Amino acid sequence: MSLPQRKGASRRHRRPLALAVLVAGLVLTACAGDDPTNLGRVVDGDVPQNSLNPAGPIADKVDSLFWLVFWMAVVIFVIVSFGLVFAILRFRERKGVTRSVRQVHGNTRLEIAWTIVPAVILAVVAVPTLSTLFEIRTAPAPEDDALEIEVIGHQWWWEFRYPEYGFTTANEMHVPMGRPVYLTLTSADVIHSFWVPRLAGKRDAVPGRTTNILFETDEEGTFIGQCAEFCGLAHADMRQRVFSHPEAEFEAWALAQAAPATLPTEGAALAGWEVFQTQCISCHAIDGTSATAQFAPNLTHFASRTSFAGATLDNTEEHLREWLRNPSSLKPMTPERNDLAAGRVLGMPDLGLTEQQITDLIAFLETLR
Amino acid sequence: MTETAHHRGMWRWLTTTDHKKIGILYGITAMGFFVVGGIEALFIRLQLATPNGEILSADAYNQLFTMHATTMVFLVVMPAAAALTNYFLPILIGARDVAFPRLNAFSYWVFVAGGLFLTVSFFVGGAPDGGWFGYAPLSTQVTEVVRMDYWALGLQVLGLASVLSSVNFITTVFTMRAPGMSLMRMPVFAWMATVVSFLLLFSLPIITIGLLQVFLDRNLGTGFYSAASGGDPVLWQHLFWLFGHPEVYVLILPAMGIVSEVLPTFSRKPLFGRSFVIFSGIAIGFMGFGVWAHHMFTAGLGPVAEAAFSLTTMFIAVPTGVKIFNWLGTIWGGSIRLKTPMLFSLGFIFLFVIGGLSGVTHSIVPSDAQQHDTYYVVAHFHYVLFGGAVFGIFSGLYYWWPKVTGKLLNERIGRLHFWLMFIGMNLTFAPMHILGLNGMPRRTYRYAEGLGLDLWNLVATIGSFTIAASLLVFFWNWYRTAKHGQPAGDDPWDGRTLEWSISSPPPEHNFDVIPVVHSEDDFWHRKYTENEAGHAVTVTAVPSAPAAEGPIHLPSPSYYPALASSGIFVLLLGLVYLPWGLIAVGAGAVVTMWGLFGWSMEPLTREDHG
Repeated sequence: MSLPQRKGASRRHRRPLALAVLVAGLVLTACAGDDPTNLGRVVDGDVPQNSLNPAGPIADKVDSLFWLVFWMAVVIFVIVSFGLVFAILRFRERKGVTRSVRQVHGNTRLEIAWTIVPAVILAVVAVPTLSTLFEIRTAPAPEDDALEIEVIGHQWWWEFRYPEYGFTTANEMHVPMGRPVYLTLTSADVIHSFWVPRLAGKRDAVPGRTTNILFETDEEGTFIGQCAEFCGLAHADMRQRVFSHPEAEFEAWALAQAAPATLPTEGAALAGWEVFQTQCISCHAIDGTSATAQFAPNLTHFASRTSFAGATLDNTEEHLREWLRNPSSLKPMTPERNDLAAGRVLGMPDLGLTEQQITDLIAFLETLR
Repeated sequence: MTETAHHRGMWRWLTTTDHKKIGILYGITAMGFFVVGGIEALFIRLQLATPNGEILSADAYNQLFTMHATTMVFLVVMPAAAALTNYFLPILIGARDVAFPRLNAFSYWVFVAGGLFLTVSFFVGGAPDGGWFGYAPLSTQVTEVVRMDYWALGLQVLGLASVLSSVNFITTVFTMRAPGMSLMRMPVFAWMATVVSFLLLFSLPIITIGLLQVFLDRNLGTGFYSAASGGDPVLWQHLFWLFGHPEVYVLILPAMGIVSEVLPTFSRKPLFGRSFVIFSGIAIGFMGFGVWAHHMFTAGLGPVAEAAFSLTTMFIAVPTGVKIFNWLGTIWGGSIRLKTPMLFSLGFIFLFVIGGLSGVTHSIVPSDAQQHDTYYVVAHFHYVLFGGAVFGIFSGLYYWWPKVTGKLLNERIGRLHFWLMFIGMNLTFAPMHILGLNGMPRRTYRYAEGLGLDLWNLVATIGSFTIAASLLVFFWNWYRTAKHGQPAGDDPWDGRTLEWSISSPPPEHNFDVIPVVHSEDDFWHRKYTENEAGHAVTVTAVPSAPAAEGPIHLPSPSYYPALASSGIFVLLLGLVYLPWGLIAVGAGAVVTMWGLFGWSMEPLTREDHG
């Protein structure tokens, strides 16, 4: 699998050099380069998927629970390993000198103590664990005014439906700051798992079932995540982005998304719409037009998105062109095994488009703002 | 013992029914697969050494991580434990063989058939690529590619091998102990082998049904796990982990048994709180069946079920903790000899404590939802299964090597092996805790730049090659010992249990005279008594061994077990390529029936053993 290579940018990751890097023990951390999958440019911060950097009140609770248990574990580890190392050093047999040792077979009181003490410690840990568990798993009450979003996992992209506003989008979720968001997840094919570490723990999207995630953001910004349940070939390339806005900005975005598409009437964009109707319409929907299929991402406001291809590629003309030439060259997929009648979609096929058709399609897609 | 002509060479190994030879076969096969699984791991680590790695395709990567886990669990750790159990369980309880020697051979050859069958898939269109856990409906989705058929059938037949040897070991323990060897006098390793056998006996039928349903879903469209057909993908997870969690204890308990033998020997002290250690092992066995859903804390079971499994998961840490404290109690006040087996056992304790504590953090459901399916979990179970099971097995190998081969592995090379493996292990898996918490999911063939994952991935890769180097050191030690190893003598470690009372290597019939056991650690008590202060005093007048008994009847060699299992291999291949594979299914079934029929008609002992 190769990514579009700009001269010199990704070359350094090729095999011989990767080996050389290993041998030399050199560190390649600082070279962000120009790679389309470099997520450093999308989000601020060195570790954008850090699960220990919570960005909202619910994530905070989980985080403080983790640290509580972590520090308890550290204390136990230090005590036990100190005891181990001390015993080894203290009771080590010197060369050739066999010490006569008292044959201790056990000490019932001591053994009962070290059975009960850990049990008590664990019982103490269980209290905040269960209370936090029930708290984060409780559905929001109507007065919480939670935003409901339906999340549907697909191989290998995410579909987001906003029933309150009546539109569907893909891979990029926008949410209002300071308002609870309640996700209802399911899957169209295999099991996926929705995970944006800074916002909430992951939850599986299971075909035939629904699961839920409750989260809330208290800072404006972009949060990234990726599918966390192995879902086949391009599991690693199934990503998502969550944008948190002040309430008013979110409302404006949602209303714009809910508007149907305006079809072009002239030029390359119109030609692109013609191509779309023959090549793309069996899988993609554009609201307000004759395109209604739901096998692939809804493209009604495609141009308003920052990324595509499971949020792995920046939404630029260059990447779109490369993608339309042969999608599987950018993301590992097996479209040759698609079976639309059976509902099995394993990637976007190479449609054999001409360069002209690609140019027209891109012109059309750019009108979908 | 006279040896007949077809008792020699390869034929001797192919037809053996001697538990010791079968143990050696298991051990060598496991070591071979350890190399295979290790190479798979090195490829994975090379791919992940840098962001956007291009050494492997996504397709190749998915095959390799699936086969790495499948190989290490089913073809390395389980058979390595089976090797030591086969070789030493009968000797430890004072028996001349297992209860069913030919069934024992059959178990081994069925295991070989399953292992080869899984490996063959690499050369015929690709190995299984749906994860060792084979979550439906991904595992039942693309039926025109047969990779997951190889997986479902391969695991099925490996399960058969394990069930058969469990029955064998359980029967051996309950019917063949030497006089005086009461259950509570059995060495802890024998106890843990017994617990493991029960775990396998009760957990494997669950996965057997599950795998059969996956196979039927794939080949007959039954839809057990298809939501569209009214099935339920989550049901598979329940069945898999109802097997899969006891399986974790199947992997770790033998190592715990080994450690419980090695620590007393090299501390010159009995095991502290022996019955507590045994009963905590039994408790782990029982509780191991009640924690499976902690593998499913993100599947949406509902808060009540999640709370229940959170509690059971926390409390399985209690018997595990008991073992750790009792081991510390064992070395405390001892006279500790830091020989290589002891180093591995002490390393086991240190690493297992880390893995155990990170395991407790998984029981905290809300934070587990962050850690689940990330490298944090990968770090956790490698601390338990590599730092635990593999270190325990190496401890056992260094401990019992002189008994099996009659030669001592070199101590200096052994120490080098230990330290390289210990450092490499921590270099590889400690950073994975950070990677997981920093948001790196498992089973991803690449990660983007800018996620802050680059440094620790590189460190982990360097660590993995350090582990590989340590293994080369071990093989060097093996080779060197075979060439110029020091003769071990019967009792090189001042051992406590019966295997050290017989020659190294043991005679084919193990004991000239079946020993009469008077206490736990019986062999130690033949050498020492305790004075009033509780110190060991050497017994000066060693009672002379009674004269050998009359003729000893040993099971004859038989080629039928190997023959029957070769039929199973053909049958499995046929099942993958239905419908025309039915021809092979038929041919394989005929060979298997021929083997089983010949076996049932065969006389138990041949004349020349009289």
